[in-house]
Amino acid sequence: MLTEWQLSVLVLLYISPICNEDENLSIAAAMLTRTSRLVSGARRLDPGRLLHAGSQAPQSLAAPLDNQAPDDSPRAVSRTSEKDPVKTFSEACLMVRKPALELLHYLKNTNFAHPAVRYVLYGEKGTGKTLSLCHVIHFCAKQDWLILHVPDAHLWVKSCRSLLPSTYNKQRLDQPAEASIWLKNFKTTNERFLSQIKVQEKYVWNKRESTEKGSPLGEVVEQGIMRVKNATDAVGVVLRELKGQSSLGGFRLLVAVDGVNALWGKTTLKREDKSLVAPEELALVHNLRKMVKNDWHGGTIVLTLSQTGSLFKPRKAYLPQELLGKEGFDALDPFIPILVSNYSPKEFESCIQYYLENSWLQHEKAHTEEGKKELLFLSNANPGQLERLCAHL
Amino acid sequence: MAAPCVFWGAAVSHRLFLGGRISLALRQGVWKAAAAELQVGTGILRLRHTTGVTAKKNVAALRRETYTVDFIKKQIEEFNIGKRHLANMMGEDPETFTQEDIDRAIAYLFPSGLFEKQARPIMKHPEQIFPKQRAIQWGEDGRPFHFLFYTGKQSYYSLMHEAYGKLLDVEKRQNQLQAKGLFSEKTKTKDLIGSRWLIKEELEEMLVEKLSDQDYAQFIRLLERLLTVECSAEEEEFVQRFRRSVTVQSRKQLIEPLQYDGQGMAFSTSEGKRKSAKAEAVVYEHGSGRIKVNGIDYLLYFPVTQDREQLMFPFHFLDRLGKHDVTCTVSGGGRSSQAGAIRLAMAKALCSFVTEEEVEWMRQAGLLTADPRVRERKKPGQEGARRKFTWKKR
Repeated sequence: MLTEWQLSVLVLLYISPICNEDENLSIAAAMLTRTSRLVSGARRLDPGRLLHAGSQAPQSLAAPLDNQAPDDSPRAVSRTSEKDPVKTFSEACLMVRKPALELLHYLKNTNFAHPAVRYVLYGEKGTGKTLSLCHVIHFCAKQDWLILHVPDAHLWVKSCRSLLPSTYNKQRLDQPAEASIWLKNFKTTNERFLSQIKVQEKYVWNKRESTEKGSPLGEVVEQGIMRVKNATDAVGVVLRELKGQSSLGGFRLLVAVDGVNALWGKTTLKREDKSLVAPEELALVHNLRKMVKNDWHGGTIVLTLSQTGSLFKPRKAYLPQELLGKEGFDALDPFIPILVSNYSPKEFESCIQYYLENSWLQHEKAHTEEGKKELLFLSNANPGQLERLCAHL
Repeated sequence: MAAPCVFWGAAVSHRLFLGGRISLALRQGVWKAAAAELQVGTGILRLRHTTGVTAKKNVAALRRETYTVDFIKKQIEEFNIGKRHLANMMGEDPETFTQEDIDRAIAYLFPSGLFEKQARPIMKHPEQIFPKQRAIQWGEDGRPFHFLFYTGKQSYYSLMHEAYGKLLDVEKRQNQLQAKGLFSEKTKTKDLIGSRWLIKEELEEMLVEKLSDQDYAQFIRLLERLLTVECSAEEEEFVQRFRRSVTVQSRKQLIEPLQYDGQGMAFSTSEGKRKSAKAEAVVYEHGSGRIKVNGIDYLLYFPVTQDREQLMFPFHFLDRLGKHDVTCTVSGGGRSSQAGAIRLAMAKALCSFVTEEEVEWMRQAGLLTADPRVRERKKPGQEGARRKFTWKKR
């Protein structure tokens, strides 16, 4: 399972070249799992270096991507040239697939005066929901939207070390660690906007610190990062502000949440008296739920369901009804479901070609037709399974 | 036979030898001796220890179990009588009661759950049970009967002598023919197909004599040399005595008939078992390689790669990876045995779409054989089937 950090790093990969205002708008899209392995293996926790690697590999395919009509587009692999053959997969590569293209088409044709449309990506385990989400995020980042990305909502409802009673509302619980991590990511993702957006109310953090009305959002974020105790409240403030201000039209907001079924499921967190915590009692979850409601306009909400990190759900469940539960389904009710399925034969072929070109498959039989057929059978064209199989070859 | 039992039950039960060799002669001898002693003892109030006698007899028996000719003859008579009794019991005609009938009758009367076939009750002719023994090789004056007795392996050397004699005869005849000019080449190889030479154990059994590997090899070489030259009918017959036939295909695989469903697509069904899992597979002739297990896609049903590799094996072996669609149902067992059961069922079903040769290849690859391994039972006094309790010295 991808950690929040890794996903956020990849978002950085997308965003940084754009922020640097390169002439060649690089499509540094990431094949998350590969880079995650590389990241953990080759170059340890060093976002700076990764940025460097990302910008090192430009190739402008921006124009074709925008002009592609989704209906008859081939399953093209938009890839970056490998300037660094020594480091494996220093490039970041995504496969352009139908669900993502569909989503992008809808996004291009959205009317921002209407309330935000919700899209839910669902599908079997390992079919590529998270990567499609990342593709969409990248697209929006290129288009200069403000990205509100929660890499994995499941992390907020399980194995949290520190739970504090909320300073704002006595009944709720704070999660300082997760909140501060998220704020850091948010800061690096949307540097540009932090100075642009102005806070519309005065917020008092404690006796000594407060944020005046009209100060930039960056201050709130800084406050949250520095004073970890107030991090959750800072997150809540950020969300509220963004929601309010996106309707004004200064910028477009994309809310991207991965594993949204965590918001309505059960948690594994317990209070000191060993009583279970319901998700509503977590301030982060509460605020995010408000964000995901479509009572604002000026942006879109793209969500992904995930069984992998979910708690107490059967392995074979993948439909929205099963994973969200009744409560979640009602809360999200008018949404557009988008099914992400296994690879089609062409997609499978192109995936194998990519591996072969990058010399990822070392087995002598991998080049042959029989080898490909074997891989196809064993993985049943499931991207996750295929990736795991090829890792051994 | 310590106490004489008259009724036929004993006679029959007597003939049941639980495999192995039971020195009945020994027992009889011992008991007779003991009975004699006791009778004498009770008569003259003299108790004599019979342990000394028994001990001596035991040592002698361990060295070589000798069955006298009379003893064997008596056993054969008793066997025949027992056979007739058994036929009467089963309500069949004693005259036409064959060995297979005997086996069936014994299996019916004494059902045994033992896995080892040789440990079950058997009733066979004494010649098959008692090992062949050699009669005394010398006469009353101490002079041996056979002229090669002092070689130590008289039957083997006499056989070699005979074979070589035949070879010399054949060569002499060929020379004569050549001299006359009527020599003609003829090679025959058809005799060799479908038959094999006797193995060393079989030859030893035939000659009732121990052989060494070199002796055996020498003998076979001589026979092969005899075969290369052209020989007459009697020499052929002589050589054929030492060949056993071998079936080309040990078992004919049952091929399921093809069935046709509504759309005209051919399909074939078959079952498979492994441990305690039972599976039934329906393989369609034209498809794209999708497999559904109990209505669920095989990728979801078998998340482990090993199980999917098992399913892949039959298709990969026949190079038909993406060509068939399969629907199967499976129940019982664990994930590995379910995978094995489905594999067997699919392989059997594929037989009907495939040539005979490929069926034979599959059989040799082990795709069509049900795995006989089952869970071994736990034994008392041990923790598991093989694991013993921790051994404590004191």
